[in-house]
Amino acid sequence: MLELLFKLLEITVIIALLIPIAAMLVWVERRMIGIWQDRLGPNRVGPFGILQSLADLLKILGKEDWIPPFSDRLVFTIAPVIGAVCVLMSFAVIPFSPSIGVSDLNIGLLFFLAMASLSVYSVVLAGWASNSKYALLGSMRAAAQTVSYEVFMGLSVMGVVLLTGSFNLREIVLAQESGWLIQTQFLGFIIFLIAGIAESHRLPFDLPEAETELTAGFHTEYSGLKFALFFLGEYLSVTLISAMSVVLFFGGWLMPEPFASWLPPLVWFILKILIFVMFFILLRTSLPRPRFDQLLSFGWKYMLPLALINLLVTAAFKLGGFYG
Amino acid sequence: MISTFIQLNPLQLTFYSAALLAIVASLKVITGKNTVHALLYLVVSLLAVAVCFYLMGAPFAAGLEVIVYAGAILILFVFAIMMFGLGQDETLHAPNIDGSKVNKFNLWFGPFLLALLLLIELVYAINSGEVQAKLTSNTIDAKQVGMLLYGPYLLAVEIASFLLLAGLIGGYHFAKPEGVGLDRKKDLGEHG
Repeated sequence: MLELLFKLLEITVIIALLIPIAAMLVWVERRMIGIWQDRLGPNRVGPFGILQSLADLLKILGKEDWIPPFSDRLVFTIAPVIGAVCVLMSFAVIPFSPSIGVSDLNIGLLFFLAMASLSVYSVVLAGWASNSKYALLGSMRAAAQTVSYEVFMGLSVMGVVLLTGSFNLREIVLAQESGWLIQTQFLGFIIFLIAGIAESHRLPFDLPEAETELTAGFHTEYSGLKFALFFLGEYLSVTLISAMSVVLFFGGWLMPEPFASWLPPLVWFILKILIFVMFFILLRTSLPRPRFDQLLSFGWKYMLPLALINLLVTAAFKLGGFYG
Repeated sequence: MISTFIQLNPLQLTFYSAALLAIVASLKVITGKNTVHALLYLVVSLLAVAVCFYLMGAPFAAGLEVIVYAGAILILFVFAIMMFGLGQDETLHAPNIDGSKVNKFNLWFGPFLLALLLLIELVYAINSGEVQAKLTSNTIDAKQVGMLLYGPYLLAVEIASFLLLAGLIGGYHFAKPEGVGLDRKKDLGEHG
């Protein structure tokens, strides 16, 4: 019983930390983009503008939570919830440090993929329930994009599974004690990263919500708290993809010896995640958006063969005893 | 009845509630009038079945159930429904089944008979001791599933993949715009 209470407490703490972090990322992103573009960015609310997200939150809570009369009310309401819940559920299998982590599920990696594939429903249903053309076009793009890129994402991490012999994320991290998997799985990592960006619909893969052509895509009709949930889901999934990249390819909380003793494992893990988040933001500021057909043909013509070759070569090396 | 229900441990309780959820959701699939809502109930039903699989000691099958069925196949269904603009109320366009044009008896008797046969088989299988022993014995992990798929069942896996390949080629053939084929570059140029 005490164990159960402790677990519940751990889950609560993790959620209570994750959501403010995701909200803070909004400010970090705007500020960093500002700095990289040689301007200041939001710097008025609090020191360095650090309370900007709080101000945004208050503003968004004060807005009218409008449900369009032409929409499917029930589906319209659950769609944003599905998105946020699926991303939050994925964090349940992430091992944060040797002792912190909600669940050491034996099929942790599969669980992550399952949640990623379920979160597509949020976007698709939002577009359908809105009953508006922009939203429908946006969600059709989202469905095609995420279903395609999920395939490559699943294939790209199978190299990791082959080398570590486990779907359990904690065991995958522990298997990297002798060396991070990025050394042998560089191609897999690149494919995973690209597919991850596509899954979280960030620029340059934000075609489902491309402002210039679809006003706001699948969330055109959303406002107030429901819009905030979509927004939160997007930033949470940026954090999630960063965390998964670190866990799968960059040794999770592990560091090579001279550095490992400098900081606690959890801090190393968070620092690594932050580097990835910064990289995501930098990508957003520097890359143009491709055309939709280019996006899909890039996926099926280049990413899929590359992912398959990566898997085949890894399997051949493993069978040949190359990795010892 | 109630006393046996109280005696269930939390795991069994979860199992039976998931099973109940699966049945109720499946009923909602076939009784609902809104196509998209029906599909959503089907998703719920599949997720509940995945929970059942997990609790019965087959975590790998549960994971695949969610990824393949709920995450990929049904998304494509929803996608197709969206493309056709179906959804709100389909009863207006549904074929006339109030008895005037179609013989009602023919409509349900065949499926009913088949379903009844399946139900009898299922109940018989669950009641036999062999299955009971297998269900409660051990956890089947990904490794065991893989060894079975690439061992005794290799031929079945290959045949299934041939079938899917045929479907894929067929789909590609149907989706190709008419007249495109010989001079692809020129055709694409004309379409913009």
